[in-house]
Amino acid sequence: MDIRFRDVEPTAEERAAVDAILGPAPSAWEGGERSERDLRVAVGGHAARERRHLLLPALHAVNDRVGWISEGALDYICRRLTIPPAEAYGVATFYSLFSTKPRPQAVLHVCTDIACQAKGADKVRAAVEERLGPPGLSWHPSPCLGLCERAPAALTLRAGETPSYTVYGPADPKTVAEAAEVDEPPAEKAVPQAGQDGLILLRRVGVVDPASLDDYRAYGGYAALRRAFELGPAGVIREVLDSGLVGRGGAAFPTGRKWQATASQPDRPKYLVCNADESEPGTFKDRVLMEGDPYALIEAMTIAGYAIGASRGYLYIRGEYPRALRRLEHAIATARARGFLGERILGHDFSFDIEIRRGAGAYICGEETAIFNSIEGRRGEPRSKPPFPVEKGLFGKPTVVNNVETLVNVPVILTMGAEAYKAIGTGGSTGPKLFCVSGTVRRPGVYELPFGATLRELIELAGGVPEGRTLRAVLLGGAAGAFVRGDELDIPLTFEGTRAAGATLGSGVVLVLDDSVELPGILVRIAEFFREESCGQCVPCRVGTVRQHEALNRLRANGRSPDGDIALLREVGRAMRDASICGLGQTAWNAIESAIDRLGVFNATQGVADGRENS
Amino acid sequence: MRGVPVEPPRRLVEITVDGETVRVPEGSTILDACASLGKDIPTLCYGDTLTPKNACRVCVVEVEGARTLAPACSRKAEPGMVVGTDTERVRHSRKVVLELLASSVDLSTTPRAQEWIEEYGADPDRFGPDAERLDRPAKVDNDLYVRDYDKCILCYKCVDACGEQWQNTFAIAVAGRGFDATISTEFDAPLPDSACVYCGNCIEVCPTGALSFKTEYDMRQEGTWDESRQTQVTTICSYCGVGCNVTLHVQDNRIVKVTSPHDNPVTHGNLCIKGRFGFQHVQNLPAKEA
Repeated sequence: MDIRFRDVEPTAEERAAVDAILGPAPSAWEGGERSERDLRVAVGGHAARERRHLLLPALHAVNDRVGWISEGALDYICRRLTIPPAEAYGVATFYSLFSTKPRPQAVLHVCTDIACQAKGADKVRAAVEERLGPPGLSWHPSPCLGLCERAPAALTLRAGETPSYTVYGPADPKTVAEAAEVDEPPAEKAVPQAGQDGLILLRRVGVVDPASLDDYRAYGGYAALRRAFELGPAGVIREVLDSGLVGRGGAAFPTGRKWQATASQPDRPKYLVCNADESEPGTFKDRVLMEGDPYALIEAMTIAGYAIGASRGYLYIRGEYPRALRRLEHAIATARARGFLGERILGHDFSFDIEIRRGAGAYICGEETAIFNSIEGRRGEPRSKPPFPVEKGLFGKPTVVNNVETLVNVPVILTMGAEAYKAIGTGGSTGPKLFCVSGTVRRPGVYELPFGATLRELIELAGGVPEGRTLRAVLLGGAAGAFVRGDELDIPLTFEGTRAAGATLGSGVVLVLDDSVELPGILVRIAEFFREESCGQCVPCRVGTVRQHEALNRLRANGRSPDGDIALLREVGRAMRDASICGLGQTAWNAIESAIDRLGVFNATQGVADGRENS
Repeated sequence: MRGVPVEPPRRLVEITVDGETVRVPEGSTILDACASLGKDIPTLCYGDTLTPKNACRVCVVEVEGARTLAPACSRKAEPGMVVGTDTERVRHSRKVVLELLASSVDLSTTPRAQEWIEEYGADPDRFGPDAERLDRPAKVDNDLYVRDYDKCILCYKCVDACGEQWQNTFAIAVAGRGFDATISTEFDAPLPDSACVYCGNCIEVCPTGALSFKTEYDMRQEGTWDESRQTQVTTICSYCGVGCNVTLHVQDNRIVKVTSPHDNPVTHGNLCIKGRFGFQHVQNLPAKEA
């Protein structure tokens, strides 16, 4: 490939950051010193181009070290990886954590998403704005940071030789604006049930030391992998099929069928991708699992890899989860050193390793095909299906993509057996389920309940709404989910139960809103979220989310319901649902539709109850 | 004697389109099947010489049993498929997609856009006077062609033609995200500083006139561009031995732009800078005495 580069030199610091990931440049062809030998060889072909998947890690390296990505740094990365600069620029500008303009080393991300907005994010935002000026360089309003149990939240990412971070939750407007150092509470603080008997998925959170492999093994760890080796790959898939496990990321596709379809493909190699790009507003269960029990995910991925015949797994974790990232890096290194990852695991004829890929701020990369493009060093745009990932996935090969919580169920199934697992929950939804309870409840956090508990039971477990308040609405399933009313709490929390009620379980978001929350404001925020997170590939979503946001802003300002805007929302929403490429556009209208139809947010009478009727 | 490559016979797939049964070779798209029935499906991002990107969603059709609508340009016909190309659902999505496009970008030079807007009853003004538009100034940074991204519908065709599907130059890519996404060189560098080789193959595939010859752009600005006064003549480029076909568009006895036939089995509508832009010498003859 005859690529034209920019001929802008990187600084020594930028070069060092890239070289730390890729090693020193071997020749002038790849941006190093020119030597005699370079004149007699040409570097190119597949070998040079097949390193493109290292683009995202290289961009991270520079962004982490310097705080932003300059022309010189981008050009050097392109030379190292044989990538056309225009394409690399397209990738760098796709992600919100990267900047291609100079900015300070520390950047504050103030969460302004639904759960935080219900808990006073506006005050934090105003305090920060007053102190630091308009957003853009040193601070940004941020989509959900996955710290909903500690809302309102904020996160500072600091670039430097050793990048660091500070988590603020709940954020005190004063300390955030002053960039004060605060300690982050342990992961189990997000689990009000921590240490209780009868927990299955959360049983080790707060009980074991998340850094200790021995602790993990002392509490039943790696028994499931041994059981998997006894069963053989087909036996593992059979158990997972029999267990009735379905995906916990939102789509609820049967996990066993996905594994079977991938395992039976003749094409090789096969890949496993763990989707830890948890970005659905209001979702934080995967973060808690990864921070509190990281080895469980490593073991689960190893079992999945064994079952489908993959020798490489990619763990794609969102860029806003620095603590989970560190714990997983440590867990993978330890597991590798102790023979639980790598060649011939536990002496069996099975080799498997895990590579971590860190997202860089893009909700869309949680989409199962966008995640492939992101790992491959391309813009995180969804691909059109068919072909499906089980046939042509990562690098065009058969791939299984599973959510963190889905995978963590697998060792449980193998140790207790499919029959016992199936006995938990209901006929249509088997096993335990994690729920992310946030908003205006007294004890927000991750709760584990068997499928079939009602919404009321869950909210009571979380302490209900504060004294003197009434429960106005619950958002189930996140921004892509649906609202239910405060008088509909007997909905059973199962896939079939929520579906029958016209809602969705989604990723397990239960976002409670009492009568102190201004609902139109929440809807505007949901619309803004989709507008900002749309990848821009297809017209219905790229422009439809903008028109939806505009219409909701008008409705909020007017208080009442000009029928024109409601009709407009319905028409645009229907086209987004019918004609968008991927689930983002297809669901961008769901929650807003349910708020209009179910909660009657813009009905004239509702305006009174909402305290917005001024005339 | 002319050699014709013989492909292995392909199985035929039978599908139903709007109640009519049609048999198409395996691997054909729904759009191919519609074409064989003489049905006119609107398309914007579809290119006859490119892999479908199915980004514009104006060609969506209803496939029985599917949750969402399918892009006709890329969805392959499967045996027994029942397709509706003019159902209420289809017409609704096409109407809204046209409204969304026309309310955000300038479709004034997009062939057939106005016709479709009328056909589907689209009302681009319904989003009100404050509806956000792209409003980008045209990029005039070289003598050969202009990038007027206010007319860009982000169909990805220019990127594909510049990149691995044809030219392998990779001068442009999509940058940014969502509504702010745009076609850009690295760091938005002007074209002369970029990898662009001025083959103009991006202009050849642009469906909206966002990319146009500088001659066309200038004439449109002056108000002298008049396609009804233009003639087209296809000839052979005389620069090298490849022998590419060039179609000269002539107005008032001057070449105003150059295209290339897409059905040419060698070049598929692609040219190089010489065939595309190297025509000035033809008309630089000294003015004749009257």
